[in-house]
Amino acid sequence: MSNIYFNESVILLNLEAASKEEVLKIMGDNLLSYNLVKESFIPAIIAREEEYATGLPTAGVAVAIPHTDVDHVQRKAISVGVLKDAVEFGVMGDDKETIPVRIVFLLAMDESHSQLSLLQQLMGVFQTEEALMSILNEKNKTNIRSLLEEKLDFGVLEGEK
Amino acid sequence: MAKKQVLVACGAGIATSTVVNGAIEEMAKENNLDVNLVQIKITEVGGYVDSADLLVTTAMTQKEYPFPVINARSFLTGIGTAATKEEILTALQK
Repeated sequence: MSNIYFNESVILLNLEAASKEEVLKIMGDNLLSYNLVKESFIPAIIAREEEYATGLPTAGVAVAIPHTDVDHVQRKAISVGVLKDAVEFGVMGDDKETIPVRIVFLLAMDESHSQLSLLQQLMGVFQTEEALMSILNEKNKTNIRSLLEEKLDFGVLEGEK
Repeated sequence: MAKKQVLVACGAGIATSTVVNGAIEEMAKENNLDVNLVQIKITEVGGYVDSADLLVTTAMTQKEYPFPVINARSFLTGIGTAATKEEILTALQK
């Protein structure tokens, strides 16, 4: 199994978009350009977000974690998008509420049930206001990469099945 | 006490339900509860209406089920986790 793909090329800063669909299109197109996902990923992730919203009212700044079925993924990746202006995402588990999101963690997962530790660590980041604020205000992609690599321990994945 | 079947569901059945599943597993161990966790997509819940005791989900559901439904978003945001755990424990200890 390949390791997770995560580096500066999938960190998008100052992302300008008018809607969540546009955010997903831009971030999805970027993953597609690195052959990390199939073309079907983009319509699939937009449809999934519409049906099962992923906005989370986290401390300090709201995030969203769009993801979709494994069939659309070529290689496991996490893409980070820091939005120039907040974009409304639906709140997870709620069919009416929306929340202004500034950081999007787009998850391209290549198999079910195999990424528990990484996901738990990612949720750990969401629960740390300081970490989210650092990502939000950081201008340098490499610093964001380092911050997340420190928190997320991507190395763990190599040992997993 | 019979082993409880707990459904853990999200939209895709791969991401948030994985995290919630892990959290409940840990909780069950701490409280010596014998649970049978089943991680599924929210659309698959219908197949378990006769066997499940509880549904814990991050996805919305408008359907009525014969078992309690608990929203697990707090496991992802860290806000209100204690209350959600309490809710799950209460449902499991019935």
